Amino acid sequence: MHNIMVIIKKQIRDTFKNLTILIQFVLFPLMSIIMEKMIKLDNMPEHFFTKLFAVMYIGMAPLMAAASIIAEEKEKNTLRVLRMADIKPWQYLAGTGIYVWTICMVGAAVMSTELDASERLFFTGVMGVGFLLSVVAGACIGIFAKNQMKATSLVMPCMMVLSFVPMFSQFNGKVKDAAVILYTQQLRNIFDEMSLKAFSGTDAVILGANALLCILLFVLAFRKKGLE
Amino acid sequence: MIRCNGLKKRYGTHEVLKGISFDIPAGHIFGLLGPSGAGKTTLIRILTGQLSYEEGEVSVMGKRPERLSGKEKKGFGIMMDSFGLYERFSCEENLAVFADLYDVPRKRTGEILKEVGLEEAAKRKASDLSKGMRSRLQLARAFMHTPEIIFLDEPTSGLDPQTMKAIHRIILKKKEEGCTIFLTTHNMEEAAKLCDEIALLNEGTFVEEGKPEEICRRYDHHRRIKMHLSDGSDSEFDRDADSAEQIYELLMSGKVVTIHSTEPTLETVFLELTGRELEEDR
Ligand SMILES: Nc1ncnc2c1ncn2[C@@H]1O[C@H](COP(=O)(O)OP(=O)(O)OP(=O)(O)O)[C@@H](O)[C@H]1O
Ligand SMILES: [Mg+2]
Repeated sequence: MHNIMVIIKKQIRDTFKNLTILIQFVLFPLMSIIMEKMIKLDNMPEHFFTKLFAVMYIGMAPLMAAASIIAEEKEKNTLRVLRMADIKPWQYLAGTGIYVWTICMVGAAVMSTELDASERLFFTGVMGVGFLLSVVAGACIGIFAKNQMKATSLVMPCMMVLSFVPMFSQFNGKVKDAAVILYTQQLRNIFDEMSLKAFSGTDAVILGANALLCILLFVLAFRKKGLE
Repeated sequence: MIRCNGLKKRYGTHEVLKGISFDIPAGHIFGLLGPSGAGKTTLIRILTGQLSYEEGEVSVMGKRPERLSGKEKKGFGIMMDSFGLYERFSCEENLAVFADLYDVPRKRTGEILKEVGLEEAAKRKASDLSKGMRSRLQLARAFMHTPEIIFLDEPTSGLDPQTMKAIHRIILKKKEEGCTIFLTTHNMEEAAKLCDEIALLNEGTFVEEGKPEEICRRYDHHRRIKMHLSDGSDSEFDRDADSAEQIYELLMSGKVVTIHSTEPTLETVFLELTGRELEEDR
């Protein structure tokens, strides 16, 4: 536990120094609040921007942050020093994951202030599930990539698919039908209702399969590459 | 403290270490010399359990390095190029991360920065440090938790003489405090000055080992004495009874400006043993 705390503390200290990642954390909550306050059209669905950016937030920030933090630490060879100081790979990954997830949750809490009070807890909870999946997916990429460049080039297409497809799906029924296999689309559907009423057994299976896939990839990557 | 017997290491088909044996008692400074690519870094990585090996017995603190637990490895202090710094963190913050990990009190980071002469730069980012300052910060990190054994991979390579001296002082101080130190270097003078014992590694084997002065004496083939006289001339004598009288007379005449024996420097010994200059390919 002590080791995990040290990793989290180190990351917290890095938060305001690492601008590329800080932007990821701040951009979406900020955008959604600004847009909600500025743009109010008559026929627009309620909390349109919050829901839109929430899904993008899930599909981008944790993925990018987790992958780039891990890849950087490998590339700059600081991970070796940590390993020598008796930090186990799982402790490192847990620390980094907890950090990314927590910061994202703060962002989600900020975003939720635009919603009705009754919806806030539900919204944040669903966000939490999404972040969890994305953090694991991001960690996969971080473990797999040799350096930050490679990590970024792997993260980009994943981010595109995970966050843009659910966005386009609202303009095109076909896209929406295909996109249901993505956890981000599933979460998007939940946000549209702001309840689990329309959430079917099939949807639950899809979400579970997504989670399983992330975890499977993670275990595979970790088995194959470890943290070297 | 560190013991090796018939250690062999291969990368694929390339045999880097071809049967190396040595024994370093606790509290000694052991210097490993060798040209670039000789396998010095490889040996450090094996001793610290970062790399496996094919053959031989290796024992560090009484155990095979790969058997050392994470806790026991915390008794190492390691400084090598492949151990990075947190570039966005200041010197202080870099040390703070490891102070937490090693349960070193925070105020110790200030003390150790002072010890390595970085107190002025404590708040400066690692990415803004000069090469010498980076080395000193890495050294500080390796020493911070008062380890039992310190491994230093070319701690002074590419540094200016002042920084080099400062680092030497620190290393000697750690020895006084009871650390066992294993260091690699290209620099013969450094090895002669710091090390209780050195080994010359070439093409995978130790071509020579022992106390630096002893090695030099061993290769003193000419056994002569050289003098520079006040009239500007140089003379050389054999070290035997015949010459003793002449030397005595010259000394009595007061004309002798300098007098030297002709044992070679470590550098010359190395050249003789390997047929190559230590630093030729750098
Ligand atoms: N991971 C590796 N895979 C294959 N060969 C390697 C690997 N690491 C080192 N070598 C080879 O092993 C040999 C010894 O390398 P090593 O880094 O130990 O040398 P060194 O004595 O530390 O050199 P230098 O003084 O330049 O630091 C070199 O020929 C190098 O090419
Ligand atoms: Mg080396």
